Amino acid sequence: MATEYETHDYDVVVIGAGGAGLRAAIEASAMGVKTALVCKSLLGKAHTVMAEGGIAAALGNVWKEDNWKVHFRDTMRGGKLLNNWRMAQIHAQEAPDRVLELEEWGALFDRTKDGLILQRDFGGHGYARLAHVGDRTGLEMIRTLQNRAVERGIDVFMECTLYRLLTEDGAVSGAFGYWRQSGKLVLFRAKAVVLATGGVGKAWQITSNSWEYTGDGLGMALDAGADLIDMEMTQFHPTGMVWPTSVRGILVTEGVRGDGGTLKNSKGERFMFRYIPDFFRAETADTEEEADRWYADKKNNRRTPDLLPRDEVARAINAEVKAGRGSPHGGVFLDIASRRSADYIKRRLPSMYHQFMELADVDITKTAMEVGPTLHYIMGGVRVDADSTQTTVPGLFAAGEVAAGMHGANRLGGNSLSDLLVFGRRAGLYAAEYAKRVARMPRVEDRQVGAAATGMLAPFERREGENPYAVHAELMTSMQDLVGIIRTRAELEEALTRIGRLRERAQRVGVKGSRVYNPGWHLALDLLTMLTVSEAVAMSALMRQESRGGHTRDDFPKPDPEWAKKNVVVRRREGRLTLAPEPLPELPSELRPLIGEDRPTGKIRLEPVAAASAKE
Amino acid sequence: MTDVRMKVWRGDATGGAFVDFTVPADEGMVVLDVVHRIQATHAPDLAVRWNCKAGKCGSCSAEINGHPKLMCMTRMNTFAPDEEITVSPVKTFPVVKDLVTDVSFNYEKAKTIPAFKPKPKEADGTRRMYQEDVERVQEFHKCIECFLCQDVCHVIRDHEENKPSFSGPRYFVRLAALEMHPLDTNDRIDLARLKHGLGYCNITKCCTEVCPEDIHITDNAIIPLKERIVTRTYDPIAWALRRMRGKSGDLGAGEPEPPSA
Repeated sequence: MATEYETHDYDVVVIGAGGAGLRAAIEASAMGVKTALVCKSLLGKAHTVMAEGGIAAALGNVWKEDNWKVHFRDTMRGGKLLNNWRMAQIHAQEAPDRVLELEEWGALFDRTKDGLILQRDFGGHGYARLAHVGDRTGLEMIRTLQNRAVERGIDVFMECTLYRLLTEDGAVSGAFGYWRQSGKLVLFRAKAVVLATGGVGKAWQITSNSWEYTGDGLGMALDAGADLIDMEMTQFHPTGMVWPTSVRGILVTEGVRGDGGTLKNSKGERFMFRYIPDFFRAETADTEEEADRWYADKKNNRRTPDLLPRDEVARAINAEVKAGRGSPHGGVFLDIASRRSADYIKRRLPSMYHQFMELADVDITKTAMEVGPTLHYIMGGVRVDADSTQTTVPGLFAAGEVAAGMHGANRLGGNSLSDLLVFGRRAGLYAAEYAKRVARMPRVEDRQVGAAATGMLAPFERREGENPYAVHAELMTSMQDLVGIIRTRAELEEALTRIGRLRERAQRVGVKGSRVYNPGWHLALDLLTMLTVSEAVAMSALMRQESRGGHTRDDFPKPDPEWAKKNVVVRRREGRLTLAPEPLPELPSELRPLIGEDRPTGKIRLEPVAAASAKE
Repeated sequence: MTDVRMKVWRGDATGGAFVDFTVPADEGMVVLDVVHRIQATHAPDLAVRWNCKAGKCGSCSAEINGHPKLMCMTRMNTFAPDEEITVSPVKTFPVVKDLVTDVSFNYEKAKTIPAFKPKPKEADGTRRMYQEDVERVQEFHKCIECFLCQDVCHVIRDHEENKPSFSGPRYFVRLAALEMHPLDTNDRIDLARLKHGLGYCNITKCCTEVCPEDIHITDNAIIPLKERIVTRTYDPIAWALRRMRGKSGDLGAGEPEPPSA
């Protein structure tokens, strides 16, 4: 069958136009290579736009004691030391420059009294560290990058979905997909490809993620032969909306707690004080008085447990609800109304105020919010080289949520936007350098393109096939029920059985209508990717027999020192997913003192680390 | 469980019609939830744009009972129980399919706005700006590019012929954001008049009324820009200075022709 498609040639093709993709494209184009930016939605609508709280960067504007070493320490400890230490180091060192660069491009962050960028408190961060604009930081960031990309004249292909990577002799040679508006097929030949496609939240029922989050980059990378790691590490953000039913899962920023909000159960207890793990005991307040003093005086008080890392808070909320102390609609209460003035709340959290007022008829300046965990992020993803972001496939780079390693077993709030900027830039830089070294445009095999096209158009051959929405609904229920916050072997095995059955059904789904802007067709294709990625998550979760960060096993409730040294690696070999535990890059001895004690004695506070590093 | 009825426009550039759908209702539903349920159960090929479902991305713009709105922020309980609900694509842009329109007009206009160009840093290498100075620009940065202001603006809503010479409220907000940015040094005042057609706007405030972010588009962006143009164009001293600097260029041109409305 002769397949019709259009062809574009570029040095670097960036897939995804959120923070990482935009930043990568800007850098690649600044390197003087011909760059394309390809995205599934309109420009400026990617998931980054929804980020609320801020960009973590040790600017030291609010606490001069803050610096990259403390940020590195917080990131590693927040990630339960499963992080790729080199990524965490680069991230902490480069984040301030990336934030200041946004200011050079027109971003307007909230200011300190002396006119510098204001920083706010967030979970797991030792100091007020998040550069922000009220609670719409992601919008400011994506618009700034979008304007910069437009000003640079970068070629943007909007509403264009890339579905398969192409390779020549094991190296990347391009990508193939379709225009959403017309349904026509499109081939990009490219010397280098940057994946910046985000995560896979749409495999779960309760999620803060949009329709775009279908794991495209993860699936494409696997199929192209790349390694994935840490796929069992999924982040349930502790505070999503739980009511009304139709808004369940929509994000409530951690900034609410950063700005003074506290979690309460149905008895009015601030229950987080009962869930302080040993790992964080030394640096966490154990009385309400100390916790409340900490907001204003960080030197003499320890952090409120409301701002423990997200994995800890999500598990605590889960436990409170299971113990029968939940809110009427199955969450807990998040109260800022009784703790801050209405003016302060409206100024600091305008979009939360608006969101609850419009969608739930709740005035958060008067009433506590009802919140509960929502699938928000996946720490796992494509394995990359820490410095260059190159994957295990030559010419294929990855940055942002689709890449793994930076956040280890759990990501701190605010570290995502900074991750996008730091590694987005590096991906663009190193992809451009790689493309410059490639002598000729790679050849694209007709066989690969033909196979991709046939697969993509197959659902139209099955007009009477099952509705893809029905299969997707069952996948979401299965992942929610069986691969959630707390996991067991039996449930994970059941999940894999169900995923297998759903795959058979997904291969038989049919599509009605034409190829023109047909969401049913798009979902039929996305479904296959989500099933593959879901399988990788469930298999990895089954393999890791311990509890760490975003992965909690009821049958292995404690961290295991042996597993602390290993990543679970997923590959596709001869059509099947294969798994293997492989050693984690070892933390160099000179950085080890920064991390602090694994089993705190209770004596260590923040000061020793901060004071030591402040000498620089 | 009760049911909810909705008439959704279906069709393409060649034409279309409202189609009646009935689906089960849920607590707290917004219009977008109903559209999604129709998609999942009745019409899997129903075309609709959406992303965040929380009023932050500006993707799901449509006309609900004729009013430009975000589908994700329009609660079903704002309609009377027996009220007929219609959802149709925004009118100002060409229909692609169903509720999806071709909004490339906006992205083309965006390309014509000169870049942000900051003044030099402070002597200590920092950028100092004060909250009260950035706040008025932050209001403009709240724009989620839903293009509802563009949709409702009568200069282009019923006048395709004005589109080449008129950029619309969204880009007046963007021009104002750059003009009032404490660090920016580029001058876009002449551009606003001559290239973006600010003179067409006769401040009927339709754009302000539909803005889901409550940006005071007319009062805070458009009118101050118009004032700056007036000062620039008709102030005799400014005019003389320009002549002396030899920058008259395009400035001899008068106001753009009024719209044909």
